[in-house]
Amino acid sequence: MLERRVAPSPVLAILSPIIAVVLTILAGFALFAALGKDPVKAMEIYFLSPFADAYNRSELLVKAIPLALIGSGLAICFRAGVFNIGAPGQYTLGAIFAGGVALHAPENAAMIWLLPLCLAAGFVGGMLWGWIPAILRNLAGANVILVSLMLTYVAALLLDWLVRGPWADPLGRGFPKTATFPDGALMPNLLAGTRLHWGLVLAVIAALALAWMLFRTRRGFGIRAMGLAPKAAAFGGFSEAKTVTYVLLVSGGLAGLAGAVEATATIQQLQPDIAAGYGFAAIIVAFLGRLNPIGALIAALALAVTYIGGENAQILLKLPKNAAFVFQGMLLFFLLACDTLIHYRIRLYRRAGIA
Amino acid sequence: MEAFIVSMIVAATPLLLAATGELVAERSGVLNLGVEGMMLLGAVAAFAVTLSTGSSALGFVAGAGAGVGAAALFALVALGFTANQAATGLALAIFGTGVSGLIGQSYVGNAIDPLAPVLAAGKLPDNPALRVILGQDAMVYFALLLAFGVWFYLSRTRSGLKLRAIGDDAVSAHAVGLKVLGSRTAAVLFGGACAGLAGAYLSLVYTPLWGENMTAGRGWIALALVVFAGWGPVRVIFGAYLFAAASLSQFYGGVLGLSIPSQFLAMTPYLATILALVVISAAGARRNAPAMLGLPFRPDR
Repeated sequence: MLERRVAPSPVLAILSPIIAVVLTILAGFALFAALGKDPVKAMEIYFLSPFADAYNRSELLVKAIPLALIGSGLAICFRAGVFNIGAPGQYTLGAIFAGGVALHAPENAAMIWLLPLCLAAGFVGGMLWGWIPAILRNLAGANVILVSLMLTYVAALLLDWLVRGPWADPLGRGFPKTATFPDGALMPNLLAGTRLHWGLVLAVIAALALAWMLFRTRRGFGIRAMGLAPKAAAFGGFSEAKTVTYVLLVSGGLAGLAGAVEATATIQQLQPDIAAGYGFAAIIVAFLGRLNPIGALIAALALAVTYIGGENAQILLKLPKNAAFVFQGMLLFFLLACDTLIHYRIRLYRRAGIA
Repeated sequence: MEAFIVSMIVAATPLLLAATGELVAERSGVLNLGVEGMMLLGAVAAFAVTLSTGSSALGFVAGAGAGVGAAALFALVALGFTANQAATGLALAIFGTGVSGLIGQSYVGNAIDPLAPVLAAGKLPDNPALRVILGQDAMVYFALLLAFGVWFYLSRTRSGLKLRAIGDDAVSAHAVGLKVLGSRTAAVLFGGACAGLAGAYLSLVYTPLWGENMTAGRGWIALALVVFAGWGPVRVIFGAYLFAAASLSQFYGGVLGLSIPSQFLAMTPYLATILALVVISAAGARRNAPAMLGLPFRPDR
């Protein structure tokens, strides 16, 4: 039996993500043992190897950058009660827009402006893709979850067409990819000898700015109010339609920026499998980070562990690439269940006199 | 033409199975986004059992069972713990993709005999239309019967009426004494069984092989299909065949001499779904759309 607490438990609100991570590791241990794989070795590779040396640690940050950018945007979106699950599509559009600018820049253009232009284009691309579900919801009442999800597939197919058709690398020997971006469009490295790039700074700035907006401005108050009590927010003069549009533009824009950052920093060209599941993993980041943009920064590191651990397990244990999803899925399951205990307590028997 | 229609039927059947199950869950007010994960688990369980026993029938049973197990996990978190349904469904989709890849790793590269048609080729009439209609495997007919059965259940039975009432207003339904959580759990488990069967159809008949991520987004298409069909079971049948035809047009487009890039043809089902969603919502014709879709319910009072 679940019984509503008089007030939400502040202790559990902070402990819940930690409990969920511990339960995920325990359940992973049991699952690998049940499947007849060495559980100690597997857990070691999944959860410890990403911290083993400087290179792995820098790769951890590289993977965390797009997750943090998308996740902190989604955090404010979910705060408002707007369930944008189309982040993968917004990310893809961001990459397409950034790639479009990079590939079509005139040869003699001032190179110093090219990268900022690419990133801005990516932000705009993601915003446009996030705007569509907002418009359709506000005009027609169409479901944001379903529209944003459908647009994800449209975006993936659009990218597929571009890299195989009009934007295909003329020297690519038929491989589905564009030419490598010109040097001016490439994100500079932050640390020599690693792939760590300036996107890290962007992700931190974005999270700080969003946290300030969410907790220190009137608009942020409106967002939080709409998520907690939509009717009260409406009576308070906050337009529901405007808030929905705002959070979808911001989260879409940040997902687009993440796509642009990945395209210009780590991939340096466009290819069909650019998304790497960041869009869905970022949803876990937002929840694990307590729907707080700063929390999302930390949560992005936790999710990055599953990515690097998964890659290492693929090489060392010959496990399939998708095995990392086992941990991501379990983490979200446990987290959602634990979060319920913030508001409810478990009671093993019915209290007499209460139906 | 005959080849196109046969491949359309085979492509439509898993979509129809999964969408029919999801439709029942959604009519009870529960949005389970985990169809893709349930299908993958069904596909790998069915393939493993059929490979070791040689029986497709047992494979389908195992597929449905795996789907029910996955759906039970969803029901525990989303209904038992009243967690956000969209997030829980997503967790199931991610988890199912991972677990099926892990379990299925040792089955990659194995082959099984596909399910045979109900009537052997020699017993079929010469008329090409009748050959297509009568020449399919049992699951094709089962999927159609299931959709009609769900239509009958939802619109013609007392229990179906109660389920719809729970989907539209769980608070009132609870107040008049209906078992909201029990009915919703049953609807979700039914959806899981159907998704498991759909996955089993893919690994036992459609390919018939196991491959990582072999559902290739069909679970998400099934979700779109429910919306596209306006939550009507008979329209789901038309939708499934239409979606199947649209997805096949990628391969047949070149044959027909169309100059549209295949990616744009592949986009049509998704764009059509968005359009349907807008039209259904805007026209206020939400007569079938469950009013409480995706909203958690906890009997506090």
